[in-house]
Amino acid sequence: MIEVLRAGTLTSVQDLGRHGFRHLGVCQSGALDTLAMGVANRLAGNPREAAGIEITIGPTVLRFTRDTRIALTGADFAATLDDAAVHAWWSVPVQAGQVLTLRAPRRGMRAYLAIAGGIDVLPTLGSRSTDLKAGFGGLGGRSLRDGDRLPIGTVKHCDSAALGTQSAAFGIKPPGWCDFAQLDAGKDTLAQGTPDTLVRVLTGPEYHTFKTESQKAFWGMHWSITPNSNRMGYRLSGPALARTTDAGLLSHAVLPGTIQVPPNGQPIVLMGDAQTSGGYPKIGSVLSADLWRLAQARLNSTMRFIPSTQEHADQALRDIGHYLKQIELALQMRRERLARR
Amino acid sequence: MLCEFAPPATLATQRRVWEVARLARSWGAEIIEVVPGMNNLTLVFDPLSADRDALCSQLEAAWLAPGVEQEQGRLVEIPVHYGGEAGPDLEALALHAGLPAHEVIERHTAAQYVVFFLGFQPGFAYLGGLDPVLEMPRRAEPRLAVPAGSVGIGGEQTGIYPAVSPGGWQLIGRTDLALFDSTRNPPTLFAPGDRVKFTVAGVLA
Repeated sequence: MIEVLRAGTLTSVQDLGRHGFRHLGVCQSGALDTLAMGVANRLAGNPREAAGIEITIGPTVLRFTRDTRIALTGADFAATLDDAAVHAWWSVPVQAGQVLTLRAPRRGMRAYLAIAGGIDVLPTLGSRSTDLKAGFGGLGGRSLRDGDRLPIGTVKHCDSAALGTQSAAFGIKPPGWCDFAQLDAGKDTLAQGTPDTLVRVLTGPEYHTFKTESQKAFWGMHWSITPNSNRMGYRLSGPALARTTDAGLLSHAVLPGTIQVPPNGQPIVLMGDAQTSGGYPKIGSVLSADLWRLAQARLNSTMRFIPSTQEHADQALRDIGHYLKQIELALQMRRERLARR
Repeated sequence: MLCEFAPPATLATQRRVWEVARLARSWGAEIIEVVPGMNNLTLVFDPLSADRDALCSQLEAAWLAPGVEQEQGRLVEIPVHYGGEAGPDLEALALHAGLPAHEVIERHTAAQYVVFFLGFQPGFAYLGGLDPVLEMPRRAEPRLAVPAGSVGIGGEQTGIYPAVSPGGWQLIGRTDLALFDSTRNPPTLFAPGDRVKFTVAGVLA
């Protein structure tokens, strides 16, 4: 059991999201930073579909009622387990009664906690993620509150058993926050200073209906992430983007990553909790491989869109796969080393 | 992958959308979502395991194939309490249409609607087939909380709010039926292609 002593701003049970129900209007939900969630599960020895906890901003305090193992990834919340520091992207053994405190992130927005065995809530429509808007999944279809108690699954997965509750803490190298190989397209304009977040974008079906100067502004300007941003979408502010037509669109499917431009010209990047259909023109879409970067972008920070290609988009996904594979190999080596002792 | 069909949006085109969607569901595990829209269809696939070009040709072939006539969806009856606190905008709509309230109800229940697609919220159906006389723009000021089950009219559409949400439609009634229940299989009352008939469960003063 995990006892929630202090829930914090927005803390919820999430896994990698609910897929295959968008045609019924059911959104994806799930960890916004899927990369951090995926790594956390691996570091806790869990199967990849296990549910963990997404902690936004904090402060959050949790107590564990049994010996177990946890992993903390995503933004660094200066966490402590009782008095000992728990670094982000580390896996640590936990004893019954210990208290994990997450303070505030110095950068980034969200931390992910995985626990050996996973959060054992009932899967709904194929996922344990909390659909915060529709109010189902996770714990009672809502964000966590002070006093909640979260059930922990039995450790069946061999990796959890091998990591054990006793073996020493260890960490891995976090993914780069800004390590693109393809920044050449934007270098000239980076003179105005580096934005806090860069994401790569493929042009959308209505890109060509925007005026040339608006297309330029879309790529060239720093966009500010307004405080109205949330798990549904990031609302940006900057120069108003104008189209050469005011022809409306029929309702169509939209996805996390879709960049819509409503009539006020201020783009909205849809995120994991986004509605399933929309009618605004789509100027582009953020690469799936880069959505985790946006998940960590803070309110009032700045961001820029970098033009990308389908090939780069595929490569970016392969790079993520490669990074995860490296972690899996390192864990396997560690397991074998422990077994030999 | 977004596949748009030439306008105008018609029921015949939409039938093709449902048919292609039905076929696409069996095209393999790399297809993650098949989402019909209005006159369009979106496929979400795993880019690393799917063959984009093959998928594209498959989609084109399916669209151009002389379709088997799409079997008609189920007929779903929706009992509605019209007017009163269940339908606070019924009088305004009657005024706008220049009809007595009971005739608004008669016309709304006389038509047979078609579920073009689901979206926006879990279980929310975009219904086609509203009597043009009943068309009315959305409210100037959206309500902050429209009760679940509310039946409304927004422009040329009629629909039912599955859950409490903000909304700008003109509310003419309410149903007790649950449009979405995450514990049911399928979780939604409607599926694309279903036909919908509103019936009078009661008229409130």
